[in-house]
Order: sequence, then structure tokens, then C-alpha cells
Amino acid sequence: MATADWNPLGEVYYRKCDFYTMEWAGVVDISKHIVAVSTYGGPIALMKDESKTGRVVTNLKPVIGIYTAAGKVQSQIRWNSGNVVTIGWSSTEELLCIQEDGVVLVYDMFLTFQRTFGMGQEAKDVKILSAKIFPTVQGSGIAVMTTSFRIFLISNVDSPRIVRLAEVPGLNEAPSCWAIVVTDRQVRALVAKGEELFLVDQGGQYQQQQPDLDENSGPITLMAVSFNSKYMALFTQQGFIWIGTADLQKKYCEFNTKSTKLPDQLVWCGNGAVVGLWDKLLLVIGPDKDWIRYNMDTPVHLVQEEDGLRIIGNETHEFLQKVPTMTEDIFKIGSLKPGAILYEASKEFQNGNQKADEYIRMIKEKLDEAVNQCILAAGHEIEPSKQRMLLRAASFGKCFLTDYRPEAFVNMCQMLRVLNQVRHHTVAIPLTYTQLEHLSMPVLIDRLVLRKLFGLAVKICQYLKVPDNEGRSRIMAHWASFKVQQREDEEKLARAISQKLLDVPGVSFSEIAGVALKQGKKQLAIKLLDYEARASEQVPLLLEIGQDQAALTKAIDSGDTDLVYTVLLHLKDKQQNPGDFFMMIRSMPIALSLYIQYCRQQNLKIVEDLYYQEDNSSDEGNCKVTRSYLLDHVEERVKLLEDAMNCFHRCKNDFASKQTDEQIRLLRHQRKLEDETGHTYADLSLQKTLYKLTIDGNHQYVEKLRKEFKVPDRRFWIMKIYALAEVQEWGEMEKLSKTKKAPVGIEMFIDACMKERNVGEARKYLPRVPPELKVKCLIRLRMFREAAEAALENKSEDDFEYVLSRLGLADRQVAEQIRGMRGQFGARK
Amino acid sequence: MDLQELTKLLKTQLAHLLLTIHEAKDLVIDPDLTKPLDRVAGVTFLREHGVDKIFKLESGQKSLPGCENRIYLVRPRLVTMKYIADQINCEIGKGERRNYKIVLVPRKLYICESILESEGVMGHISIDEFPLDLLPLDTDLLSFELPEFFTSFYMDHDTTWLHTVASSLVNLQRLFGKIPNIYCIGRGSKIVYDLMQAMCETQNEHKDAKHHIGQLFIIDRDVDYVSPLCTPMTYEALLDETFNIDCSIVNFETDVTHEAKASKLLLTSQDEIYSQIRDCHFAHIFSYLSGKAKELQGLHDKKNNLKSVGDMKQYVANELRILKHQQKLLGIHIGACEVIMKTKKSQDFDEFIKAEQSLLEGTEIKENMSYIEECIHKQFSLVQTLRLLCLLSLTQEGLNPRDYKAFKTGFLHSHGFEHLVTFFNLKKLGILTEQETAPNSISRKSNYKFYNRKFNLVPKQSADLDLKNPKDISYIFSGAYTPLPCKLVEQILTRETLIGLEDVGKCCGGLHSDLKVKQRAFGPGGYSTGQVITDPSLKVVLVYFLGGCTYSEIAALRFLAKTLEIRIIVATTAIITGNSFLEQLIEKPTR
Repeated sequence: MATADWNPLGEVYYRKCDFYTMEWAGVVDISKHIVAVSTYGGPIALMKDESKTGRVVTNLKPVIGIYTAAGKVQSQIRWNSGNVVTIGWSSTEELLCIQEDGVVLVYDMFLTFQRTFGMGQEAKDVKILSAKIFPTVQGSGIAVMTTSFRIFLISNVDSPRIVRLAEVPGLNEAPSCWAIVVTDRQVRALVAKGEELFLVDQGGQYQQQQPDLDENSGPITLMAVSFNSKYMALFTQQGFIWIGTADLQKKYCEFNTKSTKLPDQLVWCGNGAVVGLWDKLLLVIGPDKDWIRYNMDTPVHLVQEEDGLRIIGNETHEFLQKVPTMTEDIFKIGSLKPGAILYEASKEFQNGNQKADEYIRMIKEKLDEAVNQCILAAGHEIEPSKQRMLLRAASFGKCFLTDYRPEAFVNMCQMLRVLNQVRHHTVAIPLTYTQLEHLSMPVLIDRLVLRKLFGLAVKICQYLKVPDNEGRSRIMAHWASFKVQQREDEEKLARAISQKLLDVPGVSFSEIAGVALKQGKKQLAIKLLDYEARASEQVPLLLEIGQDQAALTKAIDSGDTDLVYTVLLHLKDKQQNPGDFFMMIRSMPIALSLYIQYCRQQNLKIVEDLYYQEDNSSDEGNCKVTRSYLLDHVEERVKLLEDAMNCFHRCKNDFASKQTDEQIRLLRHQRKLEDETGHTYADLSLQKTLYKLTIDGNHQYVEKLRKEFKVPDRRFWIMKIYALAEVQEWGEMEKLSKTKKAPVGIEMFIDACMKERNVGEARKYLPRVPPELKVKCLIRLRMFREAAEAALENKSEDDFEYVLSRLGLADRQVAEQIRGMRGQFGARK
Repeated sequence: MDLQELTKLLKTQLAHLLLTIHEAKDLVIDPDLTKPLDRVAGVTFLREHGVDKIFKLESGQKSLPGCENRIYLVRPRLVTMKYIADQINCEIGKGERRNYKIVLVPRKLYICESILESEGVMGHISIDEFPLDLLPLDTDLLSFELPEFFTSFYMDHDTTWLHTVASSLVNLQRLFGKIPNIYCIGRGSKIVYDLMQAMCETQNEHKDAKHHIGQLFIIDRDVDYVSPLCTPMTYEALLDETFNIDCSIVNFETDVTHEAKASKLLLTSQDEIYSQIRDCHFAHIFSYLSGKAKELQGLHDKKNNLKSVGDMKQYVANELRILKHQQKLLGIHIGACEVIMKTKKSQDFDEFIKAEQSLLEGTEIKENMSYIEECIHKQFSLVQTLRLLCLLSLTQEGLNPRDYKAFKTGFLHSHGFEHLVTFFNLKKLGILTEQETAPNSISRKSNYKFYNRKFNLVPKQSADLDLKNPKDISYIFSGAYTPLPCKLVEQILTRETLIGLEDVGKCCGGLHSDLKVKQRAFGPGGYSTGQVITDPSLKVVLVYFLGGCTYSEIAALRFLAKTLEIRIIVATTAIITGNSFLEQLIEKPTR
């Protein structure tokens, strides 16, 4: 009978089933130990409780052992630190050992020391009375009560930040009991001071609580918060158990146990019943005062889970839970739910009984519901044989449905396979389906990795088709990190790791190398880094190891200049002697040119030095020229330009050195001119200097410069004509135009006049324009008609076309006339 | 395939960045980034994501007002980092407490972090990056808006931005699928290709077989310096040169709008009139615009013939608004044309163009040289003169030493000694060179004559040059020159192979291809009908210019797309003009 082990508790049923027969049977007596068990089927930590052994205390250093949920020993150490007050597990399955001086030591499941932190100065100074470990939104929290009766807590062991809670007024002896209540991200403590209850928070506030308690109940001596932190159970000195909400506002019932003896444990079974443990007696109390009593064979320890209660004894590991609704619907005697009937039908079908058909017809309308019920009920079964029966029923029912989506069935089969695998006593993670849904598959995979069950984790990922980067690659990386910590030959390790990992995409070799480095295995790290494809990961580590040259080469090969800069700046800071640094990079042109770029933006002087060392005189010279413009004093500039000249000289760039020489002389002239005239000439080009001098009327100096810089006649004339035009020296200009052997054409004069918009002056030169340029000049003067006539005269069709193309600027009347003249062209021809 | 996907992605990334700070925050933007940011997300978007005040980062600002949280959105430059550090230090000195976040665009650089560290502000700031690389400017145009790419890579051999270009391509492929066929023209493009491959290897690729872009060309700017130096003739290119288009946005002053205030205009294919004329030769813009004006007038006149009240309502509700808008746009375009016209009709310009065209043809060298000389003597516009001088050198494959020295001396005397460095830069890049006998000279040859012979880049001037309905790419320069990159794209696309182009590879610094899909593959089993199965994605071609391209080249590629009946998307590190291109190389002494 499926219901044989069911016990009614009011309207619902509770059942107890076996997880494991403990491997420690006959060796361990848990009643002599402090027991801490991690939730979600986690491991068990035992610490010998000297006070329980009754022996004379000889050795204060107890042994701490970690066991799997099936009682198999994982590791043991002899405690050699301070006195441990409490041990417990964090949400990431790390063992937290809280000492009486408030120091918390964190170990992993294999008792490898991870880290430590304290609970504050006060805890250290006055010691702590007791400590609680509680689940929070961020993970796990720790609260301690000092001997001065103050509570300090941290809400996340991964980033410990100590908060002090408000004080309970008038508390001058140890409270009878206290508990941590987490509501809406707020962590508060409930402290019982005799018959009074206080809620204290982080903001320094306290609130007295008045739960609806029997007046004869006496002081509260034990509290239990449910797994989801929503409900609360209180035990009083007179043996009353109060059950209600965690905010104490609502009472469900008050149960009189008639026992004044304090229970060994008061816990919740799921969120639906409270369980008290007195030695070997287990009392389950429902919210409506219903109760069930179990007598255990050996001393046990109770562990609250999300959907039930784990009972760990000296010989067995059992699970007490409320029978899930689906299961109840199907197996309850006389149930007429579709699932129950489908299950019957399937059984009859397997027996070859025609009743099967009859049953199916009964639930024809609700067959899909029936199938769903069977699938879900299968999930809640621990026994594979029962799972199979239910799945078979579901599959049988599915046959009669044409458009049933198979995902739910397939998913359940997959989940059950995984669950059965991890429940196996070699793995020993006794998870229920409900717990797995809450824990999520990735976390389960992580937990397998934590247990170093890499192979199983990879197989599960592959079975569930988890993408490589989340599944296989990640696990393999963990494996490799674990592997490098082994005491093996580094050469061998490198080979083993690379063999396994090379075909796994997305594994970060540098991460593994980082682990190796932490272990002081430098050679292994270097070897592993060689496999890293991503230079951005590889280079910083190479630098850390001191493989400077390799880092630089890899950075350059990657083509990512940012990495090259990372190496360069690192090396620059490291090398005391800039010369050594330079020697190192000069053989790598990319590194060198990047470094020059960097310096160019920082300090031009360094760039010059670099070019100098590299014998690149031409770049060096140019750099100096650029820098000369940044200086203020003429003499400084001259000095720098002289240096530049030497550079150009060295690289046999005579032209540049001559130009520089001229510039130096020009600068000096300009300086002199400024001193003499008070006008500014600095930074003008030679041509502009001459122009300005001409405008200023300093013809003498103009001649001087002209001679000194050998200004060609034509350029000089052009400069002069335009300068004269600008200062309206029309007379001078005309005189100039009459000079014999003028190096420029007369049209230049017209252009200069027109630039100053002086048509009258421009016209004066018209008669002297040679015929072939007449058209152009007339257009410049905007005398379009005359230009057209001239073109006609010259009989030049090209010229005429040119006039036509320029008509855009002429006024409309003239344009029309000229277009009319076009006809004449043909006529004359 | 819609490039707007990219904008959407950028928008999400930006929103994410802004929301890392929950409270209100001020934004300080690098002036370089204002326009690109504007194209990604407008002010409303920023406000919606908690941005309070927006400042422009300027040098010399000691401190800024504003609230407790501040985000700097800047390019990763050392000078910028120093400004920011100074500001932060100054504000801390005054006792103001703020949360600072520095967001580097398009990526975080170690040198920036090291500067911030040495300035001692690391403790007060957090650093993040915003991968704003390829910004969609139009349905067929992506730009990095990073003009400094050119000098940084080609002159200083700094490969930093090549890495970013490669990652921009990898990102693009993540969105639109892996591009099967890749051609690299030039040495930088090969490096980009190699980096791309390396990045794909280390990243988890999605095995999404669907690819939307079939072919990719990566082209180095140093393959062809001639086309950016040629005077543009198409409308869009002229607008850029005259008014400077920034991120497809152009500011028209009052001389264009003929109104009291200046106006900002977004130039994309969404503007119907603009999309019609952007790539037209300038000579035909006016006739198009006047036709359009008449058409609009006609529509406007329709209101006189409206019969019923219903019609009228309909007309006012829909057509009138559109009409009004179009009329306004038309007015602006006409205004812009007039301004361009004014400069292009001057006598100087005429002579300039004549010189340019004959330089490209390689005729009248002597006359042109004396024309350039005169430009120098007369102190005609520095950059324009330099353009001609560079064209002379490029088309002649270097000047003979005597001429080179004479020009240089003249130029230095006329425009100043600092241009010794300008000339050095130009020589280093191979733009303005001396014919040297020494084999290991630093300058490179332009190979203009070789390309010209091979591809007939300068078409024979013939009477049938139809600028209105062009038949040849060269119409973009009035038939004077066909941009080499566009010609190469055309050649490779029609040949479908690099065979026969080996000599080009030797000249341009390397020609590579990686072809995963054959253009014309026959179906399995070889059907007797011989049906050609062509991957439709092969008709989508991405052309990526390293070091910038001009609107003339974009017009040429659009023309090519039309004639080959394919879709060409242009991506570039920046959109340049002849002037902006040379300005970067001209030494400007700063004090």
C-alpha cells in the first residue's frame, strides 16, 4: 500500500521515508556531537561536544569532521584554534566556525581554510555567549550575542559589514532565548527576557512584542523560525508551544505538551508543522493542534528543509514531509481524482485487464489533467520504482491524447534522472523535486563541482544540453584549477590539463594559470599561459610572473595596442634606468613607435631624445622645429632651431638645414624690427614680413631682406604690387609698372587694383594689356560687352565661349546683347 | 537588413550605461561626440534616462556646476584625461563631493587609466566604455567619425584604431551574420582582416548561418590619394566642402536660408528632394530644382480646384503640410546652390579646375607648374595651393628635386617656415615627394601612371559625356577621373576573382581575398537545366574605407550599385573632404 506510512495530521497527511543507511553506523554517536547540516541536502559537520561525552575534559581541541548526507567521511581536522561556540553552513556550502572571541573561520567542504573575519572589537573583548547563522537575501548572515548581551550581526558572510542591533532595555542577564527574524530584507532579532519579548532592529529601535500567550505559560525558552521566515514557534517553560506568524501578530494555536522539559530541538517541518524533539521522541504538531508522535530508534538530529524535515540518526537518514497534494490525490484511498483513476487504469492495463478501458472512459474529459497529475506526483517520489509506475501511467494516458505537448513529461524524466543520480549514496545530495526547483539546476551543478564531482557535473550538463560556456567549459576550468593544486610534476600537470582542455571551447587558461601562480607554480603558469588564446588575459599575468619580454611579444602579436601600452608603461615604471628600457623596446618597431606616440602627447623633449638615440636625425629635427613654436623667447627658439639645424646637417638634409638657417636669420630680423618699430613681426612668413614692411613704407629694409634671402624677382614684384595696392599707393604702382623688363605681366596690376575694387586705376592699365590677355582682363573688370567685342576682334571662338561662360555675373541686359553677338561670329567666318 | 538595428543596439547600450547611476546626473560631452551622440539618441532620450544638465567639455574649465553625479563621455585621449583630472582635482580641492564616471568612446585604453592614476583621481572615479564605433548615418552609410585614424595609422604607425575597426566589423557580423567573402586592398586592411579572424576565434560564435551581407571590401586610403584631392562636382560633396556636413547634419547660415536665423538640416535619403539630387552633377541641380519648384507650385494650385469641403479638409490635413515642408526644403537647397555657385563661378576657380583637370590628364605640365608657382607667390589659399601641388606630385609620381626644392622654398617663404614639417609629413605619406635615386627612401611611389594605364582612370574626353544621365563613374569629377577604390571594387565584383590583378597587389601594398561562397555555384546533382543558384546576400556589398572617404567616392559607389544592380553599404573611419584631409597634415604651431 502506498499509504502505509502516511499519518494524518488534521486534514493532511505526513509521511516519513528513508534516504540513506548511514555509513557511520556503529562509529558515530551523534548525541555526543555538535551537529551542523547544510540545507538542500548538504553535508554534515560534526564536532565532538565534550560536555556531552561526560568524560573528564582533557583536551579542549575537538575534532571536526565533515560527512556526506550518507554518513561517509569526507575529511577531518583537529581544531587548533580558539574555542568554537557554533558551527554552521553558509548558503554556498562553506563551513563557518564561530569562536568565542567572535572570530569566524571559513572552510570549504574539504576543510581547506578559506578566509577569516571578526565580529567586531566588542565581541573580541568581552567574548560571545552564542551565535546564530541565518539565511538572508544576499546569502548567509551571522549574529552573535556578547556576554554584555548585545547583538552584532552581518548580513552577508561574503562581504562582512558589522551592524549593531538595539539593546533590549534592562537586560542584565542572559536572555532565555533569542532568534533572528528576516523580513523584507530587514534583519531583526527577537529576544526573550523572561516573559517579555523584544524585537530589536538595526536602526537602534526596540519594540516590545505581545504574542497572544496563555498567562500561565511562563517565560519563553525556545524559538523556531520557519524555513521561509514567515512563521514562528515559541516554547515556554510550562510546556506550551505557540504557533503563529513571524511578526507574532497572528496565532494559529497554542499546544500544551504538558512537558516542562526543554526539547532538544524545536524546528519546523516545511512550513506546515512544528516538530519538537525530546531525546528519542518526535512530536509533530499541526497549526490546528493536531499531532503525530514518532519514536526514534537512536538519538537523532533534525534539519529544517523547504518542504520537509531531515532526520539524521546514528543508523539512518530519513525524511519527514507533508504528503504533496498530487500524491495525496492519486494514492489516497477512495480518491476519484482523474490522476488516481488514470493510475488505476495503467495498473489494470499492465495486468491485461479490460477494466483499463473502463477507467479511461471515466476520465475521458479530464485526461490531460490526469496525465499532469501523474507526472508531478512522479516528481515527488523518492523511490525510482514508484516514479516509474507513475510515469508509466502518465505515458499510458498520453496515448489517448492527440495534441498533448510532451515537454512536461520529457522534462520530468530528465529531472528525475538527474535527481536519482545525485541522490545516489556515492554522491549523497538528497534533494527533493521541490527543492531542486528552488535551488535551480546551475546551482546544483555548482554544488557537484564543489564536491569535486567534475565528471558527473559534465555528464549532467551534456545530458541536459547546457551550452558549453555555462556547462562543460566552466566545469572543466574548475577541474583544471583543482588539478593545478595537486602535488604532481608540473610538466605532467601541464600536459594533462592541456590535453583535456584544448578541445573545450572558451576555457580561460589564464585563470587556471592564475591559480597555479597562487600555488607558487611559476613554470606551470607559464606553460599554461602559452595555451591562452586571448592576449588580453595572457599579457597581464605574464607581466605578473615577470616574463616581460614574452608579455611584450604577445602583446604586439595580438595587434591590440592597448596591451602593448600596458606592457610598455609597466616596464617603464619597473626599469630604473631609462636606457635599459629603451634598449629593450628598440628592437620592436611597433613598440617603439607606440611609445613615441605616447611621449609625443606627454613631452616632446623625450621624443627628441628617443629619436636621437635611434639616430633618426630627420624626425628629431622636425620635432625640434615643432617644439620651437612652443617657446616664448626668441633666443630660446633660435637655440632650438640651431639644434634642429645640426640634426638636419647630420642626416645630410642640406635643404632643410638651409631653410632652418634662414628661419633663424628671419627671426632675428623680426626681433630687431620689433625693437626698432614697435610693430609685431613675429611668426610672419618671409613674404608676409616683406608685405608688412612695404605697407609700413620701410622700403629700405625690404631691399635688405630681398637681397639677403635672394627673393626671386617675380615673387618680389607680386608682393610689392599687391602691397602697394592695399595702401593705395597708386602712383608708386604706376611707376613700378613702367619699369623696364618687368618680370610680371601688366594683368597683375589690374588684378591688384580690382582686389581693392578700384576700377578707375585698373582701367589705366588696360591699353597696355597684350591682345591675347585682353578678354580675360576685361572680364576681370566686369566689362563683358567689351570683352565680347575683343573676342570678336581676335576672332577667337574659345575666348568668346569663355565670355559666355562667365556671363553669370553680368547683368541681364548685357548678357542678352552678348548672346545676340554670337550670330556675328558665324557671319564673319 | 536594416542598419537602424545598429542604432537600436547603441541606444540600448547607452541607456544601460546611463542607468548604472540611478539618480539624476550631469553629462559632460567631448565636443567631437556631440553630433554622433545626437544621431544615436536625442536630448529627450537622455532626459528620460536621468540626465539633468549637459555640458560640453572645454579646455581650461576649472570646474563645473551641477549635481552630485557626473558622467564624462569622451574620446580616450591623453589631453582629455588631463582636463578631466584637473577638473576633478579642482572640485575636490573646493570640497565638492561627486560621483564621477568616465565613459570612454569607443573603448577603454590603458594609457588613459594610467594617466588618471598618475593624476591621483582613480579613487574618485569609475571608468566604463561605450562602443560607439560604426554609426549609421543613412540607409547605406556607416561612419566611425574618427578623422584622426588617418594620421594615427598612416603617419604614426599606431595600430590602436585598426583594432577598433576590426572589432566594429566583428560586432557588425554578430548582428548581420558572418560575411563570407572578404577582399582586402592595402596593408592596413590585411591587418584588420587578421585581427578580425583572431577575434572570431576567441569569441563564441553563434552558428547562425544566415548572413545578410555577402561581400566585404576593406580598402586602405593610402592606395589612392588622388580622389580626395580632386575638386568635387556632385551636390553632396560640394555641400560638404562648402558647409561641412557633420554626421549628416549641416548648418546653413542666413546667407542660405534667407531668413533671420540659421538652420540645421539632416541630410539623409529620407529627404525626398535631397535623395534625388545628392549624387547629381552640380551642373544639373538647378534644372532639377526648378522643375521641382514648378511641380510643387502645381500641387499648390490644386487648392483652387477643390470641389467639396471634404476635399478641402483632406487637402489641408495632409497635403498642405507636406507641401509646406517640401517647399521649405526646396528653398534651402536652392539657397545652398546659390552660395556654392558664387564661389564656383569666379575666375580663380575656373583656372584652378582647368589646372586640376590637365594635371590628371598629365598634359601642360609646364603651364600648370607656373600656375602653382603663381598661386604660391600670390599667397592664394594655402590648402588649395597645396592640393594642386600634391596632385602634381601624385600624377607625376614625384617632382624632380630641383622643382621640389623651388616649390618648397617658395611655399615656406610665402606661408611660413613651420611648413617644413608639413612637407615632411606629406613626404612621409608619399603624397608630395621628390623623385629620388636612393632606393631606400622613406617616401612611397604613387603609381598613378600604372593605375591609369591599367584601368583607364582618366577617360578620353569625348562629346558623349552626359552629366545628366551619366554612364561612367567619372561623372562625379566631370569626367576627369575615376576614383581608384571604386574602380577596384567594380573590377573585382565583375571579375569575381583577383586573378589578373596581381600587379595591382604589388603596387597597393597587398591584395587579399577570403572567399567562402562561390558566386555562381551549381546546385547539387547538377540539374540539366544548369540553373544558377546565387546566394542573394552576395548582392549586398560592404565597402569599408580605412582612413576616410569623400562624398564623391560615396556617390561613385552609389552609381556603381545602381549599374550593377546590387546594394552597396559604405563604411568609413570618417567622411573627409580634400581640405579636411590636408588640414590634418598641415603643421599648425600652437602656443
